[in-house]
Order: sequence, then C-alpha cells, then structure tokens
Amino acid sequence: MSTVEKTQIVEFDVRTDEMLVNMGPQHPSTHGVLRLVLRTDGEIVSEVTPHLGYLHRCAEKIGENLTPRQWSPYTDRMDYLAGMSMNLGWSLCVEKLMNLHVTEKARHLRVIIAEMQRIASHLVGMGVYGLDLGSFSPFLYAFREREKILDLFEEVCGARLTYSYLTVGGATADFPPGWLEKCESFLEQFLPVIDEYHALLTTNAIFIKRCAGIGVISREMAISYGCTGPVLRGSGVDMDLRRDGEEWYTNMYDGYAFEVIVEKDGHYPNDHTYPAVPPEAILGDSWHRFYVRMLEVRQAVDLVHQAIDCYRKAEGSCGDPVKITEKLPKGEAYLETEAPRGQMGFYVVSDGSAIPWRVKARSSCFCNLSVTSDLCRNTLIADIPAIIGSLDIVMGEIDR
Amino acid sequence: MGGQDLITQLKDHFGDQIRDVNLEAIDPWIEVIPEGLIGICTFLRDDPQFGFDFLSCLSGVDYFQPDPKKAAKVDWEPHLELVYHLWSIANKTSLVLKVILPRWKDGVVDELPEVPSVAGIWRTADWHEREIYDLFGIRFSGHPDLRRILCPEDWVGYPLRKDYEMPVEYHGIRCR
Repeated sequence: MSTVEKTQIVEFDVRTDEMLVNMGPQHPSTHGVLRLVLRTDGEIVSEVTPHLGYLHRCAEKIGENLTPRQWSPYTDRMDYLAGMSMNLGWSLCVEKLMNLHVTEKARHLRVIIAEMQRIASHLVGMGVYGLDLGSFSPFLYAFREREKILDLFEEVCGARLTYSYLTVGGATADFPPGWLEKCESFLEQFLPVIDEYHALLTTNAIFIKRCAGIGVISREMAISYGCTGPVLRGSGVDMDLRRDGEEWYTNMYDGYAFEVIVEKDGHYPNDHTYPAVPPEAILGDSWHRFYVRMLEVRQAVDLVHQAIDCYRKAEGSCGDPVKITEKLPKGEAYLETEAPRGQMGFYVVSDGSAIPWRVKARSSCFCNLSVTSDLCRNTLIADIPAIIGSLDIVMGEIDR
Repeated sequence: MGGQDLITQLKDHFGDQIRDVNLEAIDPWIEVIPEGLIGICTFLRDDPQFGFDFLSCLSGVDYFQPDPKKAAKVDWEPHLELVYHLWSIANKTSLVLKVILPRWKDGVVDELPEVPSVAGIWRTADWHEREIYDLFGIRFSGHPDLRRILCPEDWVGYPLRKDYEMPVEYHGIRCR
C-alpha cells in the first residue's frame, strides 16, 4: 500500500467517474417525449445522443391511404402548437400540384390566421423557455394571452388546437360576423403586454446569465445542419421564406411590408423600440434565438393589421374547398412554408388518382434538433435545458 | 440564372453521370447515377454559381404496386427513388436531384440497395438518411452512424415500402 505524504492531495483529488445519464423521455424540459443519453463526467457532458420516435404515429403511411383533404387533420396533429401553419403548408403544397389559385380574400384570410398562429406559437415557446430556466410566472402570462388567441380560433372553426380550418382551395368557412373587430381589440390590448414580456425575461439579469453565450450555433453550422426559422435567423442568416421562398408561397405575402428579423451589422430591424442586445450575448446563442422569436411576435401583430385591412377591401368568397375525392393531376410537388418553428416542407407524389402515392413532411424541428449532439458537447448538465429549450421543438412534428 | 440554364450547364459538365432530365415537371429535376452522386453534390455546393448550400429535404419513394391487377397498368418498373431537394441561400434557387435504385440489391430479397451518403456534404443528411434507412431500407455507404431513428432498433421490416406488412406482435404487444 502506498502512502500519501501530503493529506491535502487526497482532499483535493476527488475523482469523478464517467457516467451515462438518461434524460427523458418524461422530462419536462425535453418538450414532449425526447430522450437524451448524456455521457457525463461530474457536471460536464461529453456526449449527447438524442433518441426519437416515442411519438411516431406513421402519419406518412396514413397519408398514402387518404385524400389530401382527409389528411389535413393529420398535419395539425404533427405540430400541435401551430396547427394552422401546418394546414396551410399542406394546402399550399397540394394547390401547387393542382395549380389551383385561391381567391384574393382567402389569401388575406390565410395571412391573418397564419400570423395569429405565429403569435400563439411563439408565446408558448417563450413561456416554456422561461419555465425551463426556472422562472414560472412568464409562462402564466404567456398562456393568458395565448388563451385569447385560441378563443378567437375556436370561434372561427370550433377547435382550439387541431383546427383543420385552412384547407385545399381556401378555408372551410369565412370569419363569423364581428370577429375582425374582436381580433383588432385583442391586438390593441396585446401590444403593451409584449413590453411586459421583455421586462420579465429578455432584460432579466438571471435570464441573460442563463442563456447568453450558451449553445452558440455558427452561421455555417446552422446552414449545414439545415436549421431553419428563428434558429437560423438567430445565427445571423438572412433568410425568411415569406420573402425568399418559392413564388407559390411568397405570392401570399405580396404587397405586405415587413422586414426579416435578423441581426445586420450588429442591429436588429426596428431595434430602437426594443431592449438592447446585452453585451454578454453572442450571435447564434440561446438568447438570440429567443430574441428573434420575441421580435417576430411584434412583427406578426403588424402583419395581422395589414392583412385585416386587405381582407376588408377584398371581394369575393373565401374560396371553396375542393371536393374531398377530387382527383389529383399526375406529378409531384414540393413546397416549404415559413411555419413558426422553421421551414415546414411538404412533398406530394401523385399517380393521377385521388389518393397521393406518397406524402412526406419535412419537419423543421427534426433538422433543428439534429444540431444538439454537436451543440451540447462539453457543456454543463444545467445548460442542456437552456440549449434544447431555445430550439423550441415539438416532438409531434419530429416523430410524425 | 434560370433553372433551365443551370441544368444545361450541369449536363455539359457531368455528361453521362446525369441519366435523365425533366424540365417540364412542376419542380424540374435531374436524375443522377448513384456513383456520380458525391461528385455532383460537392460541385453543386461549392461552385458559387450554383451554391446549393442547403439540403431542404431528402425523401424516399417506393414505386411498387402490390396489387397485380393495378401493377399491369403502371408504366414503370418497380424501383426506389431518392429525392434530394436543394436550396441555395445566396441565389434563392432550388434544384431537385433524383437517384433511382433497385428495390433489392441485385434482385436478392432482403439485400438492401446501397447509395453513397451525402452526410459529409450536408450535415443535415445524417438524420434524413437514418430516417430513410429506417423506413425504406436503403443503405447509405459511408454514413457515420446508420441505425434506425423513428422505429425501435429491433423493429423488423421497412414500413414505408408498399409491400410492408405490420408484424402481428412486437414484444408481446398485439399490432394488428
């Protein structure tokens, strides 16, 4: 037996063993049923392996047995926090295949709905992120406002989460009388609330300490991993499909004035009305992703106002949805739309019958999540919820 | 530069490695032979004129009609198709690549067809290829970690193939 001459050495030399820690699938900060296997040495994580598939519901296989309109309800069950955006993406993709143009009124109706959905979805993203970092109250404030949007959506189509409202050819119904006024009064009341959120989280010293400078995704990494939406723009890549996408989609936003929320030369557009970027934050970190979402909420309010004006001026019907058993032309079409969580793509292949030969959903969160293994290497265990939360994932969409 | 010019130029550059071109489709596509895939993809990504730095989507399609009556009417031979949807952030253009594979390697059932992995070109292909391996049974040679992603690791069969039959039970759970 060897003897230790200095007892101090024994005291300081506390060894830690490498350990595998299972995080999830039932972990609140994994946003659903994501399982992460962490290889840790004390508090340091050396490797993260995500395991998916707990919510796999064979949606694509089901899509090969249903007509597009029948499959529409399955799309909103993928990203259940942004059902309207999913319905819209699928409808536009099928319309592209059929070369079907919706009426002017339906176009503006879709913008109103899609942007309201963006607000609702980002509110969850923001509230839940606060929850991940240990601050409970912003979550309640966020859900209070989101509840009002869900009430508005309920009035429009009867459902609160799984809408199936926007469909191939337009929407299933027009807005009920007086709805636009209610929507406007909501926006008016909501605008000052955004400043409260900034006070609660964006400029909160503890919040900044927890997420600034953590989980930095470089521009090249974001592009290579196929990250989209706020994750991509948070890394400083100037891309928003509402402006840059395919014509079939950008036509929907024709005539709307908006700026892509991305940092250019150290400034965000309109940043004079917002809290300044703290010096700790690095472009591409968790804080920037959160900030981009918050600015998009404000931008969506503007877009809804513009859309309401256009909708009021537009004439005609809100489109008549195609027959459920409408035959599809032979061919294939792929279309990506800017959903709240990123670019949601749908791919449809048709052999000429009413039921598509193949449907595929390109999930935005699937690509956004694939960056985690690289991102969480050599971080602290406590930072993992801060990084995963900032990606704002929905497992229903990843597993499909 | 329009999509058509791009494709013509690509054809001049790669010749035989591009087997087919369809410019009339809604999204014009080119078909590439599996052996030429890596070369073409690297070129498409790195050449500034093309600049396809973003792999939007990678999907598989199974062309196989299990119903013999309907199979007599179709105008294609059974095959698998890989569809690569590319996007260039700088040029704001898209391009569709296709690779056609046999349903089974050399016609031997349960021998998976192979195609080179593009995970080294676009990192996002890593998970997409795992998904296709999982659901279609296509092996991506050179993939860093090819295992199932959505289905459990001990799952049998490739669910998105048209002749797939759900197993009767899985670990004592009745499936159908």
